[in-house]
Amino acid sequence: MSDRPITEEDLHAYVDDALDAVRRGEVEAYLAQHPDAAARVSAFAEQRQALRSALAPFAEEPVPPELDLARIIAARRRPSRSLWRSAAAAVLLFALGAAGGWFMHQPAEPAGGIAALAQEAAANYAVYAPDYMHPVELKAADSGELLRWVSERLHRPVTAPDLSPSGYRFMGGRLVATAHGPAALFLYDDDHGTRLAMLIRPMAVEGKTPMSEHAQGPLSGFAWADRGLGYSLVADASPQILHPLADEARRQIESKAAG
Amino acid sequence: MAASSAAASEASGRTTEDMMTLVDPLIPALRRYARTLLRDRANADDLVQDCLERVVTYWHQRRSAATARAWVFTILHNLAMSRLRQGARRGFSVPLEDVDEGALARPPDQEHGLRRQDVLRALDRLPDEQRSVLLLVSVEDLSYAETAAALDIPIGTVMSRLARAREKLLRDMEGNAAGAAPRPTLRRVK
Repeated sequence: MSDRPITEEDLHAYVDDALDAVRRGEVEAYLAQHPDAAARVSAFAEQRQALRSALAPFAEEPVPPELDLARIIAARRRPSRSLWRSAAAAVLLFALGAAGGWFMHQPAEPAGGIAALAQEAAANYAVYAPDYMHPVELKAADSGELLRWVSERLHRPVTAPDLSPSGYRFMGGRLVATAHGPAALFLYDDDHGTRLAMLIRPMAVEGKTPMSEHAQGPLSGFAWADRGLGYSLVADASPQILHPLADEARRQIESKAAG
Repeated sequence: MAASSAAASEASGRTTEDMMTLVDPLIPALRRYARTLLRDRANADDLVQDCLERVVTYWHQRRSAATARAWVFTILHNLAMSRLRQGARRGFSVPLEDVDEGALARPPDQEHGLRRQDVLRALDRLPDEQRSVLLLVSVEDLSYAETAAALDIPIGTVMSRLARAREKLLRDMEGNAAGAAPRPTLRRVK
């Protein structure tokens, strides 16, 4: 038995059955010796019951058709916002890809290689990272569903590196379009609101490429490929901040693939 | 494209299933809470509809730590508060509208009905912030922590409001029973 005195809060928590077994036993022992307190507690318990039965009829009234949840879900789904978003992103990517091809005409780089991957990651970062309404389609809470989804579409197991020891929480992600097929986009953020984006897609060429740095305007990026999957980590942050995070992500992905 | 929409509809199928499992059974309780705060059925159901639409839209953004029940009640409570604030500005106040007894499967018997009226009247006289705490804890079965999160107040405030609400309700109902109303003088003995 603890020596903690029984408080008013304990009595209410007793009424609401919110105490652990030990404390409940202590309160019961106290009530056995204090009839005044016991009378109050039983009045509160009676009141709780009276309240529940007085309000029960409100919950028993037939539910009107406008509160049919299945119908509300169906109505919300029809003009699918995410579909429009993906379409808009695809158009933008196409435009960026065309512009990129125009400006940095570098025939040495194979189409769809690491340089293209880094550009796609930056384009997706520009679209989704500043979005405070729906930055991700599936949140971290649904990461099981998210990983199943992108793994199925990329035709290989995809995992999201855990960057929380470095201070970046996993926010979730979505499937996005690139000029070279579907890609997984994962977002992370820290306490200051700095967001990181990780883009992952299969590589038809340059499927095993060491990490290299890619800057796009204010964005830093690090990209690499291993076992046919390309990875690019992008953020509006300095390369000094991003590089160790990219190293950590690569280390986790390699140890997962090896194990 | 076909594969993409198949995967997307599979994902949305799971979401729909989740919402139907976790949210659909809450609707009667949501109507009860909304009704007790807003006092009339049409406004309450309108509020619940608004709440359900938000639940569907923001389903993916809920935190895994919160139970669906607590999350949905938080949304409902916030919507109710903003409606009440608008109503207060227009000086709008009506007594709690009762159920349409014809719509109920079993109408309350008379003695039960009188007692019920006492409880509803006493509940009506509580300050709004005490009523919310009392209802969420005692009727809607939210934990103290969930209630604190839903109302965005510290847990100590939940406890003190709960205690004050219960004391006031007790006094009010004793007052009713002991007052001039000749209520429980004739009591059938089984």
